[in-house]
Amino acid sequence: MDAMLLHRIHFAFTVIYHYLFPQLTMGLALLIVVLKTIAIRHKDERYNQAARFWGKIFAINFLLGVVTGIPMEFQFGTNWSQFARTTGGVIGQPLAMEGVFSFFLESAFLGLFLFGEKRLSPWKHWGAAFLVFVGSWISGFFIIVTNAWMQHPVAYAVLPNGGYEVTSFWGLLSNPWALLEYAHNMSGAVVTAAFVMCSVGAFYVLENRFPEQGKIFLRVGVVAGVISCAAQIFPTGDLHGRYLAKHQPAAVAAMEGLFSSRQGAPIVLIGQPNEEQQSIDNPIVVNDVLSFLIYGTTKAEVKGLDEFPRDQWPAPLPLLFYSYHIMAGLGTYFVLIMVIAAFLLWRGKLFQTRWVLWPLLLSFPLPYIANTAGWMTAEIGRQPWMVYGLIRTSDGYSKYVTASTSLFTLLGFMGIYTVTSILFIVLVYRIIDKGPAIGERLDGSKSLPTLA
Amino acid sequence: MGFIWFWLVAIMLVAYVVLDGFDIGVGILHPFLAHNEQERQLMLRSIGPVWDGNEVWLLAGGGTLYFAFPPLYASAFSGFYLALMIVLWLLIGRGASIELRMQINIGVWKSFFDGLFFFSSAVLAIFYGAALANVIRGVPLHQDGYFFLPLWTNWRIGPQPGILDWYTVIGGLVALVALAEHGALYLAVKTEAALQQRSRTMAHRLWVLLLLLTIVSLPASIVVRADTLANYRAYPIAFLVPAAVVLALLGMLQFSRKGADGKAFACSCVYLTVMLVGAALGLYPRLLPSTTGSQYDITIDKSLSGPHTLHVGLIWWAFGMCLALLYFIIVYRTFRGKVSLEGGGYGH
Repeated sequence: MDAMLLHRIHFAFTVIYHYLFPQLTMGLALLIVVLKTIAIRHKDERYNQAARFWGKIFAINFLLGVVTGIPMEFQFGTNWSQFARTTGGVIGQPLAMEGVFSFFLESAFLGLFLFGEKRLSPWKHWGAAFLVFVGSWISGFFIIVTNAWMQHPVAYAVLPNGGYEVTSFWGLLSNPWALLEYAHNMSGAVVTAAFVMCSVGAFYVLENRFPEQGKIFLRVGVVAGVISCAAQIFPTGDLHGRYLAKHQPAAVAAMEGLFSSRQGAPIVLIGQPNEEQQSIDNPIVVNDVLSFLIYGTTKAEVKGLDEFPRDQWPAPLPLLFYSYHIMAGLGTYFVLIMVIAAFLLWRGKLFQTRWVLWPLLLSFPLPYIANTAGWMTAEIGRQPWMVYGLIRTSDGYSKYVTASTSLFTLLGFMGIYTVTSILFIVLVYRIIDKGPAIGERLDGSKSLPTLA
Repeated sequence: MGFIWFWLVAIMLVAYVVLDGFDIGVGILHPFLAHNEQERQLMLRSIGPVWDGNEVWLLAGGGTLYFAFPPLYASAFSGFYLALMIVLWLLIGRGASIELRMQINIGVWKSFFDGLFFFSSAVLAIFYGAALANVIRGVPLHQDGYFFLPLWTNWRIGPQPGILDWYTVIGGLVALVALAEHGALYLAVKTEAALQQRSRTMAHRLWVLLLLLTIVSLPASIVVRADTLANYRAYPIAFLVPAAVVLALLGMLQFSRKGADGKAFACSCVYLTVMLVGAALGLYPRLLPSTTGSQYDITIDKSLSGPHTLHVGLIWWAFGMCLALLYFIIVYRTFRGKVSLEGGGYGH
């Protein structure tokens, strides 16, 4: 098999699996701070219980995020050494800063949050939760800065030895691409956490187990969900899309399945891109919408794939097209269900409305799929470039690491991650089954999951 | 600049070995020192709140290496591919075993994770030692600055060595015993009564082994790489480092015998530090020597990042390290003193 393809799958598999955990912990860290804040402001112990319950779920996800995250930093060197060699001076910087500024913070205060509730005053314990939230969001920022530079390289110069170096540190950190991508990504993380919280809440309410806690989960989850789902489309998704159209027009054309340039470009709701015929099979289209979304006028011309040489088309093109459509389709569904749930919550009818509680119960996998599809859109859209316009993916992988070696370790990761997945499901099921016990403290009771 | 960053990266790796070293050591000793469930829980609790933070030094150090010396990072990480992947898998298993053990109160479940904790800690220690020995021995670098090593070839240190050969296995054993000793001395600090006494006895036994291995490893390094002592000859003051190794070794035993566990542990920290500094001194200014000719050596000059990168890096690095130090002080203060089964944590 092709070595480059295997290295791509190697990274794609490990990073997709890894990101299942941080997307929840980053969103959940914020929601735990919200729960702790309400507990203190309203002197309501039930919200502290809720925070403890979600602290346990957080701890397991955090652990898996940590152990699956370490391979990510290593893989730049192991599988993408030619890329690492030339770009280390630029992207090594945010990666090192992530460790120095975020991981130390997170690891220190997660221990205090999980173990220290008895030893700390309520506000100090709130502070520990808040610093875990800050740490995880800083971590996300540095990763996005790294990715944004690959998507849209700024503030760099080429050294005599062929390597790249940063010319402006602030330029690197304030890359407009990074800011847009960060906003879109973090609100996506809150979407995941909100849906997971709603799902457990709906389970408890439908099952009439811990209904008090279930209602708290639903209240916080639906409010966070409606805000983050809306923000996912506007402004973050909208602005990110326009910026993408300006700087990676080939990616947008491929995402939308627009093979030839045209004015009043249509949006394809459903269809299958046919690379041979350069057309969309079985399409359902709405005319003019794409031009409007990108340029604000229905008559504007949108560049199609025919404007770009074939060797600059993102590949695999159908996967890009489907990823983007899955993300956008799910995003639309999220807004719909969350708006309905928020309306019912406002009218005081949500907890009795089974036809809404059921979709909330079952929808929790969908944000994981949407976040994954969104990242696939970004990363496949960048192809065939590893660093857009500068380094091709075919020039980035480790040439002394053969295809079979890469395949072997890929299978190793698949095996290990299968086991961790089973453990994860068993343990999270046990936490949900046991429920948020009354009066229990994270550091005071007997059988508790804990992590520092 | 190259000089500064060489030593900054070295400091971070030393911090990693000294800090994560003791919790790896606890893992190596876990099946031998703990005789019942309570003691197993105590051992886990002694490292519970800190192991993850300790491991961050590996990530932070690796990231710093990446941006300060990209060609070295690229070459070494792809060349030691197989060993690194095994290290990653062990790190996953180790993290899982520490945190998942107490989740379910079933004997077989806990025993399984106890075993995994021991296995991953011990093999990690061996691989870390072997990794350092590989760097000292050198690797068959190609003209383009890359190489690829199989896990082993004929166990000899010829021009086509494997990741494991007789020399790197010695390195691995030194690390295994040194970290076990480090862990035993740490446990003596953190525990009481029978467990503490057993930890001390273990430390005394391991000490003899460590002394022997340390004595073997020094001439072995000179055999493997004749120019190891070049820097020492040029700057005789550097011989203070091996002298410090000897003093630290003696200190470990003396203090531990007197029951001054804190001081004995401090000596172990010094021992690990000066062993690594000694190796770094032997290497400088090379980062990864070549077995195929010194013209292919990866040196500081050949692999240093651009000047602006490094200047800016110095500023945030210093700032970030101050913050990290602050967090570590807070955590170690909060969880200071002897570990007990009171309060929450690792057990049922």
